[in-house]
Amino acid sequence: MLSRTADNLFWMARYLERAESTARLLTMGQRMAVLPGSAYRDEWRSVLRVTGCESFLKGTGPVTEADVVAILLLDPENAASIQACLVRARANGRSVRTKLTQDMWEALNMSWRHFEGCTVAEAVQELPVLIDWVKTRTAVFKGAMETGLMRHAGHDFIRIGGAIERAQMTLRLLDVKYYVLLPETDVVGGGRDHYQWTSVLHALSGSRAYHHVYGGVHTPAQIVDFLMVNRTFPRSVAFCVDQMRTHLARLAKEHGTRAACHETADELFALLKTGRNGVFIERGLHESVQHCLLLTNRLASEIADSYHF
Amino acid sequence: MSFFEMHDPEGSVRDCYAEVQRWIDETGVTGLHRRLEEAEAIFRRIGITFAVYGEGGDPERLIPFDLLPRIFSRLEWERLDRGIRQRAQALNAFLYDVYHRGEILRAGRIPQDLVYQNEAFRPEMIGFDPPGRVYSHIVGIDIVRTGPDRFEVLEDNCRTPSGVSYMLENREIMTRMFPDLFSRGRVTPVDNYPAQLLRTLKEVAPPACSGDPVVVLLTPGSLNSAYYEHSYLADLMGIELVEPVDLFVEDGRVWKKTTAGPKAVDVIYRRIDDDYLDPLAFRPDSLLGVPGLFHAYRSGGVTLCSAPGAGIADDKAIYVYVPEMIRFYLGEEPILANIPTWQCGTKDGLAYVLEHLSELVAKEVHGSGGYGMLIGPKSTAAEIAAYADRIRANPGGFIAQPTLDLSTVPTLGEAGVVRRHADFRPYCLVGKRMRLVAGGLTRVALTEGSLVVNSSQGGGVKDTWVLRD
Repeated sequence: MLSRTADNLFWMARYLERAESTARLLTMGQRMAVLPGSAYRDEWRSVLRVTGCESFLKGTGPVTEADVVAILLLDPENAASIQACLVRARANGRSVRTKLTQDMWEALNMSWRHFEGCTVAEAVQELPVLIDWVKTRTAVFKGAMETGLMRHAGHDFIRIGGAIERAQMTLRLLDVKYYVLLPETDVVGGGRDHYQWTSVLHALSGSRAYHHVYGGVHTPAQIVDFLMVNRTFPRSVAFCVDQMRTHLARLAKEHGTRAACHETADELFALLKTGRNGVFIERGLHESVQHCLLLTNRLASEIADSYHF
Repeated sequence: MSFFEMHDPEGSVRDCYAEVQRWIDETGVTGLHRRLEEAEAIFRRIGITFAVYGEGGDPERLIPFDLLPRIFSRLEWERLDRGIRQRAQALNAFLYDVYHRGEILRAGRIPQDLVYQNEAFRPEMIGFDPPGRVYSHIVGIDIVRTGPDRFEVLEDNCRTPSGVSYMLENREIMTRMFPDLFSRGRVTPVDNYPAQLLRTLKEVAPPACSGDPVVVLLTPGSLNSAYYEHSYLADLMGIELVEPVDLFVEDGRVWKKTTAGPKAVDVIYRRIDDDYLDPLAFRPDSLLGVPGLFHAYRSGGVTLCSAPGAGIADDKAIYVYVPEMIRFYLGEEPILANIPTWQCGTKDGLAYVLEHLSELVAKEVHGSGGYGMLIGPKSTAAEIAAYADRIRANPGGFIAQPTLDLSTVPTLGEAGVVRRHADFRPYCLVGKRMRLVAGGLTRVALTEGSLVVNSSQGGGVKDTWVLRD
């Protein structure tokens, strides 16, 4: 497979995953904004912070839904906006058109112009519909891939790109919200923390799944366990790392050699293994999350090196 | 009155169109329009688009598709088939000749200056024998019809003629939407084109190739207006679609960069102009291209299809002499006629053209895609005067032809079937042997009376049928 093709497929998957993650974040933002005291918590700001887009804000006051929609949904210049992600995913896919199935391409090709000419006011009003649309489009794409794409190296690069992006979104969300999960906030107590915790789960579409694993009780340690080390929840860091390792192993087999990226993936795996039962909180959640982010970034650049992107 | 291909001179429907006429009657105009919308939706979804340079607006607009097929009878096609092959053979013989002894020039049949001073002539190619002595592996010949029995060649395309994806897709859409029309098996299939193209390309593998030749399609990239076609053809042939950055030259061979390291390439079907192939051999300022590619080609490490310099054969100034080539190399009379052409580079030609410009179609010798041409009868006095000044400033850069009485083909209009001018481009494949799929691309002018069919100028496309009896 051409190195450039691998590169394009890898990034196509990342942008698509990013669009989907951002859509989920917006759902969380909406949910939180209608709860009591939301203005005080400036919930929309944390949405921007997770995506690293706070610098796109013009004013200094509390962040409004319209601000976030403009920045994260519509802004074509912002690489993290859903619009930009869809356009870039398509541009990457178009460069390697022959490595996608017809159905995958059609799913990709139908999405990219959806938000053109859409005003902020319209988007705010239609937000739930638009978010659903984004989730559906990405689901159609993934479904087409699941049932139609040859399991060649290209498939592995797509999966790895998606897994890295998904792990990073979970990590960034934890990084922005880590303070609400720290034991000290127990002192403040009351319903507010409950909302805060559940909002993190909601952003990752994991609140129901969480109940199935831990019952009805929310504790910071369990939430962190669930999002970091649980190997069955698809948006947990450990699950994503499992995926990366599976597909990296396939690449190693196909190319007949392991590379630096394989070592880093193993390092991540080992790190997560030691982090059960609130260990990450004891070690310092912020530091642990930062360390994981660093490793995923290193992994991404090592993949590019190993496969001559 | 132009010849309307659907009717005979008495105004009744010709045999080859009988079935389509029945279909039109049964479906009705509203029904046809509804089906056309479906077809367009399919095209849009698949992503068949055509970018128009320099027009701004939608960079990936759809090329308009017309639902009604253009039909050739078996007899008509047999003649076209012979004429096209004859021409493709003569053009390749000419290319071999001008890059070797230049017999046709020595014989005085074609002026030497016209070839050796031509920008499209590549001195770098002199004395080199490309595999199979083939220079132009895909010859696209633009043909117009001017009467029931008259076909004339408008121009030749020996470099990298585009549009074949429309031939394939138009047929695909038509069979998908109207299976009944094809159920009787009278329409000759065209879907073997990609397989034939691949076979052709493999036949011209370079001396350095051992085993099954590795063929790639070289595209300038996804911003190129024909990128869709590039990816489509690569897909159908099952070959890698590469960009210049994916290739490099080492040890006299061309390699593609893969995730598992370099892999050798034998044949490059390039859809990139000569100028941008290799900055070391051609344009040094080009950021595109693969340094050293031309040297690898000349030393037998790789085959380029088409060969650099093949453009000399389709130059508009050389066009005039193609009938002469056919007589000279093949000893045959041309089956397809040329259109009378005046060359402004000659004294008599210039005088005639300037005097009759309002009746003529004038073109730039090196232009393509319908840009920079003047259609005398449709232009204002001021436009004609301005064009005349351009010709005077550089007479050798222009030719002129009479405005032709182009045939019309049935086309779906608002209120029913209308008559629109069309041309035709078949794609002749030349490897160790010659191959010609029975069909081609019909381009149709979508405005009444218009003679410009180029997709870059708002023309449309339609399916082309060659009937077996």
